[in-house]
Amino acid sequence: MNWEYIQKYLPMYEKAALLTLKLGVIGILCAILIGLCCAVILYYRVPVFKRIVAVYIELSRNTPLLVQLFFIYYGLPKIGIATSAEVCGIAGLAFLGGSYMAESFRSGFEAIDKIQEESAASLGMNSHQIMRYVILPQAVSVSVPGFLANIIFLLKETSVFSAISLMDLMFTAKDLIGLYYKTTESLVLLVFFYLIILLPVSLLGMWVERRVRYAGFGA
Amino acid sequence: MEETILTVNHLKKEYEGKPILNDLDLEVKKGEVVVIIGPSGCGKSTLLRCMNGLEQIQSGSVKLREDTIEAGAGNLVRIRQKIGMVFQNYELFPHLSVLNNILLAPTKVQKRDKKDVKEEALKLLDRVGLRDKADSYPRQLSGGQKQRVAIVRALCMNPEILLFDEVTAALDPEMVREVLDVMLELAKQKRTMVIVTHEMQFAQAVADRVLFIDQGKILEEGTPEEIFKHPKKERTKQFLNIFQFKKVEERKIS
Amino acid sequence: MPDLGLDVLGKGSNLLRLLGGLGIALRISLIAVVISIPLGLLLGTLMTGKNVVLKFFLKLYLEFIRIMPQLVLLFLVFFGSTRVFGWQPTGELSAIIVFTLWGAAEMSDLVRGALISIPVHQYESSQALGLTKGQTYCYVIIPQTVRRLIPLSINLITRMIKTTSLILMIGVVEMIKVAQQIIEANRTASPNAAFGVYLVVFVLYFLACWPISLLAKYLERKWG
Repeated sequence: MNWEYIQKYLPMYEKAALLTLKLGVIGILCAILIGLCCAVILYYRVPVFKRIVAVYIELSRNTPLLVQLFFIYYGLPKIGIATSAEVCGIAGLAFLGGSYMAESFRSGFEAIDKIQEESAASLGMNSHQIMRYVILPQAVSVSVPGFLANIIFLLKETSVFSAISLMDLMFTAKDLIGLYYKTTESLVLLVFFYLIILLPVSLLGMWVERRVRYAGFGA
Repeated sequence: MEETILTVNHLKKEYEGKPILNDLDLEVKKGEVVVIIGPSGCGKSTLLRCMNGLEQIQSGSVKLREDTIEAGAGNLVRIRQKIGMVFQNYELFPHLSVLNNILLAPTKVQKRDKKDVKEEALKLLDRVGLRDKADSYPRQLSGGQKQRVAIVRALCMNPEILLFDEVTAALDPEMVREVLDVMLELAKQKRTMVIVTHEMQFAQAVADRVLFIDQGKILEEGTPEEIFKHPKKERTKQFLNIFQFKKVEERKIS
Repeated sequence: MPDLGLDVLGKGSNLLRLLGGLGIALRISLIAVVISIPLGLLLGTLMTGKNVVLKFFLKLYLEFIRIMPQLVLLFLVFFGSTRVFGWQPTGELSAIIVFTLWGAAEMSDLVRGALISIPVHQYESSQALGLTKGQTYCYVIIPQTVRRLIPLSINLITRMIKTTSLILMIGVVEMIKVAQQIIEANRTASPNAAFGVYLVVFVLYFLACWPISLLAKYLERKWG
C-alpha cells in the first residue's frame, strides 16, 4: 500500500465522489417526482395516462441503465436531441428510478384500506383533501423502507456513469489503474468512497425498517 | 310533529345482479333514534352506507331534507358535512394524533377557526373521558377508546344526523359498554341517530323505533317494546330467538 | 423520414452478431443463477440460525456485497485478483464469480426475509397438532416459504441479466460491445447507426427480461 499515492490522488477521488453525489441526488429527486406522479395516476386509474405509465414502468424496469444511457447519450443526438453527459446521466437515472419509485409509492397506496378513504369522505372531504391529508401521508410513510432501498439502488447504479465519460469514481479508478498500475490503492480508494456514500443511507434504511416493522406511527 | 330529516324512498340496490335492498322506504325525524337490526347480509349496513352516498344505488332516492344523496354527485361533499358516520373498525387516521384526527375535517373542510374547534374537541373528549389522550396516536389506544374518538370526530362536525355502523362489533366485550354509554348519552341529548347493531339490549334501551330488516326489506317496525316483547312476524321471532340461550335440559326436551 | 440507422442491422450478419452478444450475457447470468440459488438458500437458512459468530461474519460479507455497486465488485475481482492471488481471471470468469457472489448474497437475504415472515403461530400450531420439527418444516414452513421465494428469485434472474450489461466495462465482448463495433465499422456509410443499433439493443434487453418479469408477477399474484 502506497500512502503517498493515496494522498496524492485523494482530491481526485473527492471530486469524483462529489460528481457522483451531485448527479445521484438530482437524478433521484427527479425519479421521486416521476414516481409520485405515476403512482397517483395509477391510483386514480386515469384513462390513457395509466396505460402510458404502465408501458413506461415495464420499459424502464426491464432494461439496464447502461443501455438506457447509451441510447440517450449516443443514440438520441442522431435524431437531434443532444445534451451534455451530465444531463444524460441525470435523465437516465430519473428514467430508471422513476419506475422503481412509482412501484414503492404504489405499494404504499395499496396498503391503505379503501374504508379510510370512505371515512374521510364521510367527514365531507373532497377527493383532493382526502389525497392530501389522509392517503398521501400514510402512503408515503408506508413506502419509506422501499423508498430508501431505491435510493441505495440508484446511487449504486450511478457507477455506470463512467461509460458515458463522466468523471465519476469508477472513471477515476479505471483511469488511475490504467495510468499508474496502482491497482490496490485505486481499488481501496474506490471501495472507501462508495462506502462513505452508501453506508449512511444503508444504515438509515435498516433503522427505519426496524422502526416501521415494530412500531408505526407516533412512536 | 317533528320535522323529517332523512327520507329513503323506494330504494333499490343491487350488487353483481343480486338485490341487496329491495324497494325500501324510511323516514327519520329530528331527534329520533332509529335502530336497525337483522341477520348478517340482510342489507342493513348497505342501507346505512347509502345514506352517506358510499354506495351506488339502482333506483329510488335518499334525501337529507331537500338534498338528494347520491354517490359521485357534486353536492355530496357539502351534504356529508351534515351527516356523521362511525364505522365498525373506527377508521381513525393512523398518522394523526387523536386531536388532529378530530380537527382535520372541521379546519380543512369547514374552514373553521382552529382555536375554537380545538376547544370544542377537548370539551367533547372530556365528556367521553379521553381528555388525557388528546396527544396520543390511535395505535396507543384500546378499541373502545378509538371508537369513542371516532364518535367525537364525527360530532365535531356538528352533524344533523349520526350514522353508526356496527360500532361495537369489533370490540372486546368489556369495551362495548363504554362506547354504548357514549351513544346513550347522545340519545339523551336528543341527537338524531341511525344505529345498526347486534346489541339487542342496547337497542331496547336506546331506540325510539326499531326496524327489523330481512332480505333487503323492512319486515317489521315499531317501538322497542313491540319488536322485542311482542314481535308479530315469525321471521322476527326466529331472529330474536338466536340471542336467547335455553338451559341444556330444556333444549333436550324441545 | 430521417435516417434512423436501422439499415445497418440488415447488413451481413450484424443482427446475428448482436444476438450472439446477448447470448453471452444470458449464459453468464444463467450460470451465476444456477450456482447462486442453492448457495443463497444455504446462507439464508444459516442467517436465521443460532450461531452468533457465524451470523456476524455472514452478515458482514453479505452487507458488503449488497452495498457495493456491482461494477465495483467486477473491478475488484478483475483488477484486484492479480495483486492478491497473482492470477488474472478472464473478464467472463470475473463476471461469473461476481454475479455468483452477488446473487448468493441477494438470494440469502430473500430466503431470510421469507423465513422470518412466516408467523410464529404457524410453528406453534403445527407443534400443537403434534408435528415434529422436521414435519413442521417439511409440510408447513417450506411450502409457504417456497411460494414466497419463487417469484422473488425469478426477479433476481432479470436483475442479473440487466446487470450483465456492465461486463462491457471489463472488456467482455457482449451485446453492447458488439453494438459499438457495428456502429464503429459503419461510421461513414451510416452515420446515424448509433440511434438504431442502441434502440435495438434496448429492445433486445427488454425482450429478454420482460417475459421473465411477467412470469414472476404472475406467480406472485397466484401465490400472493
